[in-house]
Amino acid sequence: MNTTWRFLLALVFAVSISACKTTEPETDTAPEVTEPEPATEVTTAAAIDPRDYTDPRNFDNSESLLSKRVIYFDFDKSEVKSEYRSIVAAHAAYVSAHGSARVTLEGHADERGTREYNLGLGERRGNAISGLLSAAGAMGSQLDTVSYGEERPVCRVSDENCWWQNRRVEIVYTAR
Amino acid sequence: MRKIIFTLLFLLVSQLAQAKLEIEIIQGNASALPIAVIPMQWQSTDPHPQTGVADIVSSDLYRSGLFEPLDEEDMVDRPVDAESIRYGTWRLLKVDYIVIGQVKDAAGGTGYDITYQLFDVHTQEALLSQITTVGFGDLRFGAHRVADAIYEILTGVAGAFSTRIAYISATGIGNDQNYQLFVADADGFNPQAVVGSPEPLLSPNWSPDGQRLAYVSFEKGNSAIYVQSVATGQRELVSSGKGINGAPAFSPDGRYMAMTLSASGNPEIYIRDLTTGQKTQLTTHWAIDTEPVWSPDSQWVYFTSDRGGKPQIYRVPVTGGNPSRITLEGDYNARASISPDGTRIAMAHGRGNEYRIAVLDTDTGRVRILTPGVLDESPSFAPNGSMILYATREGSRGVLSAVSVDGNVRQRLILTEGDVREPAWSPVIR
Repeated sequence: MNTTWRFLLALVFAVSISACKTTEPETDTAPEVTEPEPATEVTTAAAIDPRDYTDPRNFDNSESLLSKRVIYFDFDKSEVKSEYRSIVAAHAAYVSAHGSARVTLEGHADERGTREYNLGLGERRGNAISGLLSAAGAMGSQLDTVSYGEERPVCRVSDENCWWQNRRVEIVYTAR
Repeated sequence: MRKIIFTLLFLLVSQLAQAKLEIEIIQGNASALPIAVIPMQWQSTDPHPQTGVADIVSSDLYRSGLFEPLDEEDMVDRPVDAESIRYGTWRLLKVDYIVIGQVKDAAGGTGYDITYQLFDVHTQEALLSQITTVGFGDLRFGAHRVADAIYEILTGVAGAFSTRIAYISATGIGNDQNYQLFVADADGFNPQAVVGSPEPLLSPNWSPDGQRLAYVSFEKGNSAIYVQSVATGQRELVSSGKGINGAPAFSPDGRYMAMTLSASGNPEIYIRDLTTGQKTQLTTHWAIDTEPVWSPDSQWVYFTSDRGGKPQIYRVPVTGGNPSRITLEGDYNARASISPDGTRIAMAHGRGNEYRIAVLDTDTGRVRILTPGVLDESPSFAPNGSMILYATREGSRGVLSAVSVDGNVRQRLILTEGDVREPAWSPVIR
């Protein structure tokens, strides 16, 4: 093989590698936390009521709070802010109504601060959501908390626009 | 087609070969000692290695920031023994010290003998005259040993060039991540993956004999502590209880391990007897207590706690009792690393959105900030106490840097692939 070919192949290879690297990180958008409007007209008998939080179809209904499953936090804080309480209450309603439902609360932190401390912080956030779900009727046996600390960011830029997205608890249903 | 595959393989291999830590001095030292390490005579029947022993010794001494080795191209003379050194020439080149030597096959055909001598150019006195014997694959290690000996004679402090470092490297994002725990020579060469996982790996910690590494792995879905032999890869699950199993730290005698467990509902420090498996709870507080580290005399465990509202360093007697707060300045002080002589505590020191490595002098209580930030963490003292390895960021990528304890010399160690973090400097491996 001549050198030109080798160079071209190297170039193609290098470009394909850098193409992989430049893939934009996945980012969550800010959740809508306002109470959804009631459906304006009922067209079919099978229509979903977005405020029926015991209806599993609402997990995929963007108008229902059940479709929102990420709660965000302030830096080094684990208090659940008031705007997220309605989301947590919706999930509490579902979990209490479905004894077979199982939820893992995955706690996360942003990159600031040390890794093991952030593992503790992520757990504290997960426990805060778990506590609210329990208080609203979920059974302890339905809930589990795992902290990933700062190890699983959804966004990797070092500024607040990215950090707030990483300071989160993901409500993950392992069984519905 | 075969040719294409060969080319791709070649490229892959050359990329792997380059996946080492590269070093560059960011801030040098004006009082560095000028030294000439003459290329050593290769008297073995084996082919001459690509990088000679003298080259490696020069690089080591240069990296320390305390030496200024003469470039090989400026060496007007290549003496091979004490009689052929023309001291006047070296004085004209403003060289204070000169190293000469030979590499020969060791008796019995088991490896090489590096025979070398260090001379003071001004007094013409031999300061060091030694033979270092190494196995066939260990010529680089032998060169690091030579650099250690020269460093010790000229600075009065044992060298740490023949030690190793462990670190975590992550590649990919989202569900496509891969984490690896690497061990490399202290100069970044010979990186070897000890373990890899699609789930997070963190907090590597060396056993005091340098043979094993403790670390945290999420491979089972939750954090768990493992101990793994670096040489054989054989490993043992140490802790995988409910909640956090984190921050493993071997005791100085290797018999115990301090760790963070949150099975009780929140993170507390425990000490586990590695022989019996029995564990003792050392802290009891609703706050986050984590990142335990032993004092070199084994009397204390230092740890991070936010019991006062924000993360600060505390310490508690190994036998239990009331923790006392150690750091008084700053919003955020965490993840202590204690110097081998116990007189300094390095930590991640945060102010606003900036995190730097700071060192607390335990005698005076004075805190000195050593690094420019802005997201510096995971300090780890060299086993001779001369430098601190730490993690920093370059853009959105993690890299490793080292800084001298006086803050005068800083080096950046660049890994060509991945997001590198959590360096841990090994003890001296005897």
